[in-house]
Amino acid sequence: MRQSIIHWFKFASPQSFYPLAGRMIPWFWAAAAISGIAGLWISFFVAPTDAQQGEGYRIIFVHVPASWMSMFIYLVMAFWAGLGLALNTRVSAMMAQSLAPTGALMAALSLLTGSLWGKPMWGAWWVWDARLTSELILFFLYLGFMALQAAIDDPRRADKAGAILALVGVVNIPIIYFSVKWWNTLHQGSTINLTKAPSMAQTMLWGMLLMAFAFWMYSIAVALMRVRAIILERERHTEWVKHAVE
Amino acid sequence: MQWNSVGEFFAMGGYALYVWGSFGACALLMIAEPFLAKRRLSQVRQSLIRERLADELESQQKSQ
Repeated sequence: MRQSIIHWFKFASPQSFYPLAGRMIPWFWAAAAISGIAGLWISFFVAPTDAQQGEGYRIIFVHVPASWMSMFIYLVMAFWAGLGLALNTRVSAMMAQSLAPTGALMAALSLLTGSLWGKPMWGAWWVWDARLTSELILFFLYLGFMALQAAIDDPRRADKAGAILALVGVVNIPIIYFSVKWWNTLHQGSTINLTKAPSMAQTMLWGMLLMAFAFWMYSIAVALMRVRAIILERERHTEWVKHAVE
Repeated sequence: MQWNSVGEFFAMGGYALYVWGSFGACALLMIAEPFLAKRRLSQVRQSLIRERLADELESQQKSQ
């Protein structure tokens, strides 16, 4: 028991996490590629035409995964930031810093694909509705987190300030999630629900889940790539970094 | 499969702009991001290598 705890804490040091991340990245890329190709195949060639929205509904296969990831990455980012704040562990703060740009990208894609879906179906690129507005706030939270960290020179102080911003911003996540229930909105209700059977064709559901898995694996792979750069940047004056690059 | 021709596939039942715009935007950004992350890593590695070479040169000059 004691042994295994020590074993896990070992990876909390940048020195041992750096090579571990490097070894994990190819596996996440492989998982992202395989599920992405399968997901795209289902999205375009297996999933049937929608009765109401024709072929336009196919945007769902990127819109929903991007939206899910934008919310999920925020929770993971806030978790690492909070852990860094509480335990003062360096890798967790670096992980939070590394996740922010990917989260911002997912939020941007969610807004962009949503707008491309809204125009043909609602007749408007944008409406100030609860779901859309709270997702826009999420995008700004990511940008705010990144700007705040970039604005503070001392990295440890930047971590602390960023962590507080990230933790306060968590309140926005349930607001996004439940916005379609709490307010009257133009945005349709959730397609997948934890309590009800999904209200869509099986093949559509599988396509969406595969694409979501691909987006998830992509996010891990790219965040690990970025955290490796952040580790070297921030630990550059330590002995091990000097020997890590040959 | 519901497509009778390649043209029909690309037309997306009249939603070509919106469907291909969405998938295209995702593809573009999700290809660009890993490249930027990779470039950031190789930039910091390069600068670390230069730094070490400079250190080595300095210590050689001192010993001479």
